[in-house]
Amino acid sequence: MAQILIANSLAHGFVVFLTAENNWSGDIRQAAVAADDAAAAALLEAAQAAEAGDQVIDPYLVEVTVNGAGPEPIEYREYIRAFGPGVPPPSRQNSS
Amino acid sequence: MYQYDEFDSRLVKERAEQFRRQVQRRLNGELTEDQFKPLRLMNGLYLQLHAYMLRVNVPYGVLSSRQMRKLADIARRYDRGYGHFTTRQNIQYNWIQLEQVPDLLNELADVEMHAIQSSGNCIRNVTSDQYAGVAADEIEDPRIWCEIIRQWSTLHPEFSYLPRKFKIAVTGSPNDRAAVQVHDIGLRMHRNAAGEPGFEVIVGGGQGRTPHIGKTIREWLEPEHLLSYLEAILRVYNLDGRRDNMFKARIKILVHQIGTDKFRQLVEAEWAAIRDSELQLPQAEIDRIAAHFAPRDYPQRNDAGDLLAEQASQNAAFGAWLKANVAEHKTPGYAIANISLKSLTAPPGDITAEQMDVAADLADEYSYGEIRVNHRQNLVLPDVAQEQLFELWEKLAANGLGTANIGHVSDIIACPGLDYCSLANARSIPIAQEINARFQEMDRVHEIGKVSINVSGCMNACGHHHVGNIGILGVDKKGKEFYQFTLGGSSGRDAALGERTGRGFPAAEAVDAVENILNTYVELRAADEDFLETYRRVGMQPFQEALYGTA
Repeated sequence: MAQILIANSLAHGFVVFLTAENNWSGDIRQAAVAADDAAAAALLEAAQAAEAGDQVIDPYLVEVTVNGAGPEPIEYREYIRAFGPGVPPPSRQNSS
Repeated sequence: MYQYDEFDSRLVKERAEQFRRQVQRRLNGELTEDQFKPLRLMNGLYLQLHAYMLRVNVPYGVLSSRQMRKLADIARRYDRGYGHFTTRQNIQYNWIQLEQVPDLLNELADVEMHAIQSSGNCIRNVTSDQYAGVAADEIEDPRIWCEIIRQWSTLHPEFSYLPRKFKIAVTGSPNDRAAVQVHDIGLRMHRNAAGEPGFEVIVGGGQGRTPHIGKTIREWLEPEHLLSYLEAILRVYNLDGRRDNMFKARIKILVHQIGTDKFRQLVEAEWAAIRDSELQLPQAEIDRIAAHFAPRDYPQRNDAGDLLAEQASQNAAFGAWLKANVAEHKTPGYAIANISLKSLTAPPGDITAEQMDVAADLADEYSYGEIRVNHRQNLVLPDVAQEQLFELWEKLAANGLGTANIGHVSDIIACPGLDYCSLANARSIPIAQEINARFQEMDRVHEIGKVSINVSGCMNACGHHHVGNIGILGVDKKGKEFYQFTLGGSSGRDAALGERTGRGFPAAEAVDAVENILNTYVELRAADEDFLETYRRVGMQPFQEALYGTA
């Protein structure tokens, strides 16, 4: 399962994603997508270094699907974190 | 209203500067997040799903127009142009940046506001009746006692590390608009046999995952002993309240586990030792505080009932607002005007900076510059001349603040839910908005009549679902949002916890279920019965049949 790395920036608090260039972006489309567990572990290691360096808070990996629009978290909690309040999560939510 | 003295002002200013240094140390890397988190929480700063959230106290729900304008200014300059009024009469900002918080707190201090004790295991903002001082049924203005409690509880050294948070609510009326029976301590003023005003002391109420209606441990308390009695309760709780499990640490668990009689004995024993100490309130001190809340010198006005009836007959929308949103004032010729923050366009309790400014301007023009926040997430202009109600309503309506639904189906309490809150399991706001959209036809809203719908996005129950006539609890069921229903809850004088209907409904069916419940009520109600009265008469069964069928 593909994964991305999500956190909050320390100074602003806003949700940020770890990019392939080892920077942090508020745009999920810039997130580095780890295709396998080894790549995900590398993202987590980089993020924990950033946490220790007081750039971000509470970094963790999130499972995503990747489509033309970029990565989308599968869990609706993470979807809401990524896309903001008031954005309806995917339609499968609304069916029983 | 209360004005800060030199001590109050210095305290909030010094706290803002202290926090400035703590933030600086955090940003410099001198403090880790684990070290800093308790410090920021002591200043009301949470980290939520999307950003930091700052909870600012509105002491017992009273705001001056000057304070409201500052809240608007902060929403514009430090946030994204809006704020959210909560079920504890506070305001929350959702998009605050850590590095800006010290400046923000300093600006709040300029208008005698702060975020101290809006989080953490301490005594939180004391809440009260939004009609305090103007209610027709009031015995004494509860703000006097709220302010005395505020001063006693602010940075009280003995109670800065309680087993869990602690919430006190006060009503000065025998009727209860402050939900006092679901607070850690509820104080309800009434008269004893001799006709003297005093407090019924109710302890151990609360919602959350283990809801309880509070137990009366003293029928009548002389007001001069208020602080010593509160101190005795807090001492017993501080000593005996559980600290091994945060879910069992509230006072309601202690009262439930040892029993009301045992708890009362412990309090009375403690109280006997301290009741005649310096905590006994001298009349001069009560008078000093009371002077801040002295009744206004209202210009004499005649009752304008005939004029209002005529205006209502000519304008049905005004008539609906007058009926739903205007309450009786103790002074002839005056009225209490409720401003609904439950419109089709915004989440319950949300208000834009522009609307805050409008509310402040209208308070200056029509209500002596004072605004109240109620625990149902609405605003109140407490002192409006009846003959000015129509022009006030026109101005409210022109600014999206004229919704005529107080106490009705679309006046929904909702917590921020999973749209904002890191504790939530499901969203609350979309459910509230879908209900609002379903019931936007005002004739139908008024046809249904008085009913409270309360929505929480998790079992912590910030949306007060346990005491909604219709309570809705969002849960996560295998990665999907489901909504469980309770019926028959009430937070008033007849407080009751709602009863579960049965299995929950997926998000797409939740609003149908609400409609189903309301249709069942309308079919079954006797003349003039509101929802709660019908439910109490007919019980759960017809509603279960409507929701789940008879099979």
